[in-house]
Amino acid sequence: MSDPHAVTREINRSQMQVSDEVAIQITSMNKWYGAFHVLRDINMTVNRGERIVICGPSGSGKSTLIRCINRLEEHQSGQIIVDGTELTNDLKNIDKVRSEVGMVFQHFNLFPHLTILENCTLAPIWVRKTPRKEAEEVAMHFLEKVKIPEQALKYPGQLSGGQQQRVAIARSLCMKPRIMLFDEPTSALDPEMIKEVLDTMIELAEEGMTMLCVTHEMGFAQAVANRVIFMDQGQIVEQNEPKAFFNNPQSDRTKLFLSQILGH
Amino acid sequence: MSNNNASFVRTEMLGSQEPPTSERGAIKWVRENLFSSALNSILTLLGVAAIYLIISGSLPWFLHGVWNASSMGECRQIVADNYGEGASGACWAMIHERWHQYMFGFYPRELYWRPVTAFALMIVSLAPVLYYNNRRTDTVMTGVVSVLLMLALWGVNTPGSVFAAVFLLFAVIVAVARVAPKYLVWVTILFPAVGFLLLWGGSVWSPVGAMAGFVLIGITYSLTKDRLGVPVGTGVGVIIASIWWLFIQSHVTGPLASAMNLGFEKVDSDQFGGFLLAFVIGVTAISASLPVGILLALGRRSDMPLIKALSVGFIEFIRGVPLITMLFTASLLLQYFLPPQTKFDLILRVIILVTVFSAAYIAEVIRGGLAALPKGQYEAADALGLDYWQAQRLIIMPQALKISIPGIVSSFIGLFKDTTLVALVGLADPLQGITKIVRADINWKGIYWEPYIFVGLIFFVVCFSMSRYSMYLENKLKRDHR
Repeated sequence: MSDPHAVTREINRSQMQVSDEVAIQITSMNKWYGAFHVLRDINMTVNRGERIVICGPSGSGKSTLIRCINRLEEHQSGQIIVDGTELTNDLKNIDKVRSEVGMVFQHFNLFPHLTILENCTLAPIWVRKTPRKEAEEVAMHFLEKVKIPEQALKYPGQLSGGQQQRVAIARSLCMKPRIMLFDEPTSALDPEMIKEVLDTMIELAEEGMTMLCVTHEMGFAQAVANRVIFMDQGQIVEQNEPKAFFNNPQSDRTKLFLSQILGH
Repeated sequence: MSNNNASFVRTEMLGSQEPPTSERGAIKWVRENLFSSALNSILTLLGVAAIYLIISGSLPWFLHGVWNASSMGECRQIVADNYGEGASGACWAMIHERWHQYMFGFYPRELYWRPVTAFALMIVSLAPVLYYNNRRTDTVMTGVVSVLLMLALWGVNTPGSVFAAVFLLFAVIVAVARVAPKYLVWVTILFPAVGFLLLWGGSVWSPVGAMAGFVLIGITYSLTKDRLGVPVGTGVGVIIASIWWLFIQSHVTGPLASAMNLGFEKVDSDQFGGFLLAFVIGVTAISASLPVGILLALGRRSDMPLIKALSVGFIEFIRGVPLITMLFTASLLLQYFLPPQTKFDLILRVIILVTVFSAAYIAEVIRGGLAALPKGQYEAADALGLDYWQAQRLIIMPQALKISIPGIVSSFIGLFKDTTLVALVGLADPLQGITKIVRADINWKGIYWEPYIFVGLIFFVVCFSMSRYSMYLENKLKRDHR
């Protein structure tokens, strides 16, 4: 296996504990785009402290699945309960869930007209009503954590892709989320920048954050995840602990997928 | 390397040399831009000839201009005396004599200080909107405006007591700009009422009553927005304010006015004219059409079918009807439909229709800006938990408006020039209305170019300033690749 981003450093597992508390509960959830059935009978429970990697071929519905968790996509049947709040059409619940769940996008989606610091303080100030000064302190704390405090007063357009993605992570963390969703966070990055983003994500995992990552970084999955979910054609095909998943996949579809992405 | 030897090592690096003369400076520029080919050379020569003909034809006319005369005949006489029989010369004396009509229309001469002061206040009130607050620029700007205003007031023969009062007012404004520039915003907030009072006069209490309606909207909104949300809260506020405006206000302001009769001499709308009229209509419509346009653009992209249908219908209807038709509607039809006693000011009606007209265009320009934003911006705002109005205000609109600046400013420039169309409903705009009046005067019969050049020049200065301001803004807001 020749993974250029294989995680070589020692992972500190002291904080990485999965509790019994349920963070996300998805029950027989279905979603359609028009007539196209994108997500089919999804059942899934995520406990607090879990680090789940979701993989699968493109168009398998993995992004759609995690976007349903903070209601960027609406599901048509079944139930999604995040932190005890069920996602329905009630806007109050949706806003509550969204302020508890951080999301990192493939294309960063930073706000180009605001400085890095303003990007990070915007939601705490307007959604959490944090005083500006306090929000800025929190933002600087997280910018230091992702190792770019010196860029705080620049604009997103002046930063490299990897730096922008780390800002996006810091921006989510400023809301003090209990769950983090990552939607292919490294897919739009140049190879040499992937590592810096993965390092940030690993640190987050080491602190015990509940994480759902859609990613093709199998090195990250092996090092950090406690569960790997494989999706195809809108359904969960296989899930297992990383070791078992990679070394002993059960379904033919999984075997084919793994041989394709790890084979070269 | 002439010996065809594949192996080569440079022993000495070459220094850079001056380019040949044909590749340098003016010669290069002329060759590349004016004489790059035979056709190009011919066109250049033809162009030079055309410019020469235009200048040689018109320059003497400008240079022979007469500034002091009391009639067209006198002008011609002076030109003939000075430059010989048959010489042509501009007769700027007309402007010298009639400039006050071009500026103020039939506004009473002894009250000119009112529009002049209103204009100065308008510039002060625009500053916090157009530029970021900054102690130094605010102080310099208010200072310069004050000095110019004092000169202008002196020029229009303002009575001493008024002069002193205005001087005091602007001394306070400059002091505020110097000490606490952020409070200049109050000039902006109060300007609609103060400007109205200065221009039309009448009792102080009617503009105060009108402003009280807006205060009611604000209070209702802040009390109810947490329970009802932004749109419903604002809607309830508007309903309460409308009730105030339509049914209660007159019962409150009437007794107040009779108890304490503060106010200015009343000036009727048909006394307005010239650039005063153009600015009143233009500035009001410009500042009102932007917010209306934003709401229409958001409405057109709304998920709610009713709001979407209303916005689309409104925009398409307004864009499908010529402005002139709407102006005629404003001046004639509204009067037929409204109850006979209703006195609905003609300028106000025109302002409302011009606003609505330009809002429809601006809505489409802004919709273009909204469509240009990547979907990710909406998703990021949603994912952070911002609600719809927060996302619009903090994330979407700043970016969409930035993209739309050139289009919005084009609409504004168009609107300002369209104010001359009010001549068609009998208002004395500077281009048609006033010029017609001047040319109907027996003394100035036969004057042709001068008024149009004068009016055109002022329009050009205003529109060009708007265009430069838009470029300044675009540059200032440029965020990428810096």
